Amino acid sequence: MGRYVARRLLLTIPVLIGASFLIFAMVYALPGDPIRALAGDRPLPQAVQAALRAEFNLDDPLLVQYGKYAAGLVQGDFGTDFSGRPVLDTITQRLPITATLTAVAVVFEIIIGITAGVLAGLRRGSFIDNLVLVSTTLVVSIPILVLGFVSQYVFGVRLGWFPVAGVTQGLYSYLLPGFILAATSLAYVARLTRTSLADSLRADYVRTARAKGLDRRTVVVRHTLRNSLIPVVTFIGADIGGLLGGAIITESVFNIPGLGRAVFDSITRQEGAVVVGIVTLLVFFFIFFNLVVDVLYAVLDPRIRYE
Amino acid sequence: MSDRDPVAAAVDPKGADLRHDEVQAGATSGLAAPDVDPVDEKQTSLWGDAWRELRRKPFFWIGGVLATFFLLMALFPAVFARGADPRSCSLSNSIDPPSSAHWFGYDQQGCDYLAQVVYGARNSLQIGFTAVLGLLVVGIVVGAVAGYFGGWVDSLLARITDVFYALPLILGALILLRVGPEARFFGEPVPIISERGPGAIAVALVIFGWMTAMRLVRSQVIAIKSSDYVAAARALGAGPLRILVRHILPNAVAPVIVYATISVGALIAAEAALTFLGVGLQRPDYSWGLQISEGQSLLRTAPFLVLIPSAVLSLTVMAFVMMGDALRDALDPRQRS
Repeated sequence: MGRYVARRLLLTIPVLIGASFLIFAMVYALPGDPIRALAGDRPLPQAVQAALRAEFNLDDPLLVQYGKYAAGLVQGDFGTDFSGRPVLDTITQRLPITATLTAVAVVFEIIIGITAGVLAGLRRGSFIDNLVLVSTTLVVSIPILVLGFVSQYVFGVRLGWFPVAGVTQGLYSYLLPGFILAATSLAYVARLTRTSLADSLRADYVRTARAKGLDRRTVVVRHTLRNSLIPVVTFIGADIGGLLGGAIITESVFNIPGLGRAVFDSITRQEGAVVVGIVTLLVFFFIFFNLVVDVLYAVLDPRIRYE
Repeated sequence: MSDRDPVAAAVDPKGADLRHDEVQAGATSGLAAPDVDPVDEKQTSLWGDAWRELRRKPFFWIGGVLATFFLLMALFPAVFARGADPRSCSLSNSIDPPSSAHWFGYDQQGCDYLAQVVYGARNSLQIGFTAVLGLLVVGIVVGAVAGYFGGWVDSLLARITDVFYALPLILGALILLRVGPEARFFGEPVPIISERGPGAIAVALVIFGWMTAMRLVRSQVIAIKSSDYVAAARALGAGPLRILVRHILPNAVAPVIVYATISVGALIAAEAALTFLGVGLQRPDYSWGLQISEGQSLLRTAPFLVLIPSAVLSLTVMAFVMMGDALRDALDPRQRS
């Protein structure tokens, strides 16, 4: 197991370098001259411009710029934006907001998704099963953008149950956006639970347990659920990484000042360092959670052992 | 326990089919009567079975009818716009609510909203289909090469796939499209990407969206390449290209076809999201994403401006999701018998 984790960690390094270089190369081509934009209407003296360009390595070729950037990154230095504010400051300020949003979404996935999946999986073909099937199809089909606006209009503007935008009301203001962010994954969790549970209910060990005389409830709770939730747990784990990076639309619709918003605003303001820093961090989280899930898989299911 | 499935049993009185399958299986192993017509085999191919299965699925028909409807709308928008011209607008009609004469009302510029929405179908479907075709080509080629050749080729291609996979689709496409218009490659504007328009969006979606197709094809190719019939083809002197194209790929594409069907919907939604974020289509193009984002500021006074394109967009996505779901179930032999 230790060797497996070490190997996976090693394989992570080229992926991380590749992904951050990819973003860096794209941002390198960001339109406009950020230094001139910084100066506004009154052009800076040539010497000052040159000094600033040198400070931000703007005159180096792409690979040299990236090398200098990556060297800083390894030492935990995310660089500064053009007004001199460390990118790490922006991250530490925005990360808790996106993390809260993601956490709320995951809680919804677990509570609603698994419950719906279990109810449907226990009674294949029943009314509840069909209800779950139809509603998950609906939820998967409605783009997050639409789901966000419609729920914002219905629950925020019309009914007034939730704040329309922003995060001023503490955890409460995260409920609606969190649910929207979770919606698609929630539908997948429900479907996955349903299929997985229905499959395990057919397994031989379930028949054995029934034959021993255990009542259905014990069989389902003690034997079947434990096994059939393994793929669900791993799905949710991997999804955390995806949610962190996918929150950009939800954050835009509900005007939540998280990492997604920060990336979006920084692209508009040509703040390359902020974009690269945050996206690299999101990529890191994505890879990290996927690694955790793979290890967790082996821990949960003793039949799977990595050599 | 699985026997207690009344609906499946009612819809699927499969006793006869099971026996039929056994006969077929016997025939292929050479145990059945020699007068079995080998041409019969064709009728029970994977796709033949899938089609028989599909025809019975209401989801497939609902999705198919919806998709056809929107396809016709994209091809002949004038017919669906009820004679209204999307470019003839009068500010005096600004945000008039829906009426019997103008079903969807008017937008802020006083344009007939039905015409606006109808003309938006073409861009959405065009981007959805082009992007899916693109990611199928990239995914199948890269996946087939990685899976078939294995070794360091596979390792390299798999790492490259991991790199792109780690970047969220919307985030990657957002950056690329923002950079695109002024991107220079050795001083020259990059074709397609530098021209803001449907083409650039489709390309961005392909660049950051081909990875799942690649993985699906790769794992299928790895599973199939060790089959006996591939060994037989190789023994007969077939080259790698012929083996891949003629023998492996036809049997490896089923999962990726299902994925592609659902992806058409997902990519149409992604286009709307990118347009909403301001890097996709712009006026004077028609786009549901554009209509949603413009209607956003009027959500309180004229909610129909957001709700109508939202509903149409969702129905389009749903059409492809439903067809893909039905196709997956039809292709999965575990769902039968």
